[in-house]
Amino acid sequence: MARVWLFGPDINTDQIVPGRYAPYMLKDESELRRYPFIEHRPDFAPNVRPGDIIVAGKNFGCGSSREYAPLALRMVGIGAIIAPLFARIFFRNALNLGIPCFTADLTHELADGDEVELDLESGRITTSTGRVIHLPPPPLFLREVWAAGGIVPFYRQYGRFPGEVA
Amino acid sequence: MPTMSEQILSRVAGRPVRAGDVVTANVDLVMVHDSLAPSIIRILHQELGAERVWDPQRVAVVIDHVAPAASVQTAEKQQEVRRWVRAQGIPNLFDVGRGISHPVLVEEGLAQPGMLILGSDSHSTAYGCVGAFGTGMGSTDIALALATGKTWLRVPETIVVRARGTFGFGVGPKDLALRAARLLRADGATYAAIEWHGVEQLSVMERMTLATLSIEMGAKAGIVPPTGLDLSGPLVPTVDADAQYQEVVEIDLSQLEPQVSAPHYVDNVVDLSDLGRVAVDVVYLGTCTNGHYEDMAVAAQILAGRRLAPGVRMIVVPASAQALQRAAADGTLATLLAAGATIGTPGCGACIGRHMGVLAPGEVCLFTGNRNFRGRMGSPEAQIYLASPAVAAATALTGYLTDPRAVMDGQPVESR
Repeated sequence: MARVWLFGPDINTDQIVPGRYAPYMLKDESELRRYPFIEHRPDFAPNVRPGDIIVAGKNFGCGSSREYAPLALRMVGIGAIIAPLFARIFFRNALNLGIPCFTADLTHELADGDEVELDLESGRITTSTGRVIHLPPPPLFLREVWAAGGIVPFYRQYGRFPGEVA
Repeated sequence: MPTMSEQILSRVAGRPVRAGDVVTANVDLVMVHDSLAPSIIRILHQELGAERVWDPQRVAVVIDHVAPAASVQTAEKQQEVRRWVRAQGIPNLFDVGRGISHPVLVEEGLAQPGMLILGSDSHSTAYGCVGAFGTGMGSTDIALALATGKTWLRVPETIVVRARGTFGFGVGPKDLALRAARLLRADGATYAAIEWHGVEQLSVMERMTLATLSIEMGAKAGIVPPTGLDLSGPLVPTVDADAQYQEVVEIDLSQLEPQVSAPHYVDNVVDLSDLGRVAVDVVYLGTCTNGHYEDMAVAAQILAGRRLAPGVRMIVVPASAQALQRAAADGTLATLLAAGATIGTPGCGACIGRHMGVLAPGEVCLFTGNRNFRGRMGSPEAQIYLASPAVAAATALTGYLTDPRAVMDGQPVESR
């Protein structure tokens, strides 16, 4: 089972990883795994487990282009992020890193700390009480990039960009 | 008929494209800054396996995010970036003190009308000030562009912010941009481009205020038609009377009051007159949004012959060396110093909360920059208010958020 971490709307990248905790500022860049939500939600990094899911309000990831924000989330093994609207740069960065992002508003369906199972293939969430939620299927090009494990393996495999006709 | 984004992206895609199309496009210029350069270099060589950037002439590297270096770590990483630039034969390195990437690339003539410009910085929408399609991307996208000279993107729909009339005294481009953020909100232009119409009276750097703040509404690009600018480029985009827009927002400049973005969201904008008495510890004038020569000149006009309120610190960090030189040459700098302000090395300064004016818990800062997110400039317990350079100068005189019209023309100053 994966734990749900619930966040509000307009979570910005300074809340995900403040600029003061950027790899640029660190002696050892692997420290980054300790810093997601270091100030906004200090209980997150010590308790998050691989496969856990972030459920957030609209405009998740607004602000800076810093790829180390989604990178920090990948380092702790985030399984998926579900929000009704993603900020554009964050969405690209997360896609490039192979983090599945689903566009849906589940902030009223799920509560913080809920235990759920997410099947990425079918986009089906099953809660611990057996309730089933279907996520809208992402466009094909997104699923292709996830399947490859991110944009770099995608590009190396296909020699082209997503959406481009082979 | 096409929007400016459609005109530019059709050129770089090599075929006519419309909003909603997903295109692979040739990139005209890639900007890399020190903060993300080490990760970009690593991805380029180690993950993508590329040995060289596709065209060193079309790459600009700027050391602005921690300039000068603030620690051994940042100094070492800057050293690594300089070595890499030499090894790659990249002619355009703008090192410590030259300024923030966005004004520097415009001053150097590298950013031109009609270009597609990618930057490793979200405020790369700035290049819209010369009629370019500038957009910010993360390390992996930038590394891919450096390796291939290409990127992929969805052609955005366009939202027009149409200004009418002229600014009143003490009101300017920052107030227009914050007003737009108040109307469109932080996500109102997500996945779209903003076109700023009716602002041909503004200088290039004043237009940059509008272009940089476009990202704070979520925009992919923020383009000002290059009307009235004597600039050449691969394409001079124009406003077409028949272009299809997603939305048009009208703003009457003559009715506009000084706008303030209150903590901790950029779109939390109110008329300054609707705020109560807000005491301020620090006034910070700088950034790619409002650290330009014009911004220092507006502040100097208000501060001339006066002194900062007791207990207020005023930090001015020019956006570029050229802006600083111009301010030094015409007395603007001397006026700011005589009033009690201090000057930092041109660059990003404390905008990212790393050095040169980091805030303590409980401190209140009046900031001419573009983000007031919690913790942005240092302590998450600090408060950041965004406003124009005119409001910044008026506030420095009184020690609390002040309408510039209240202290202009020899009006007596009541400080705290």
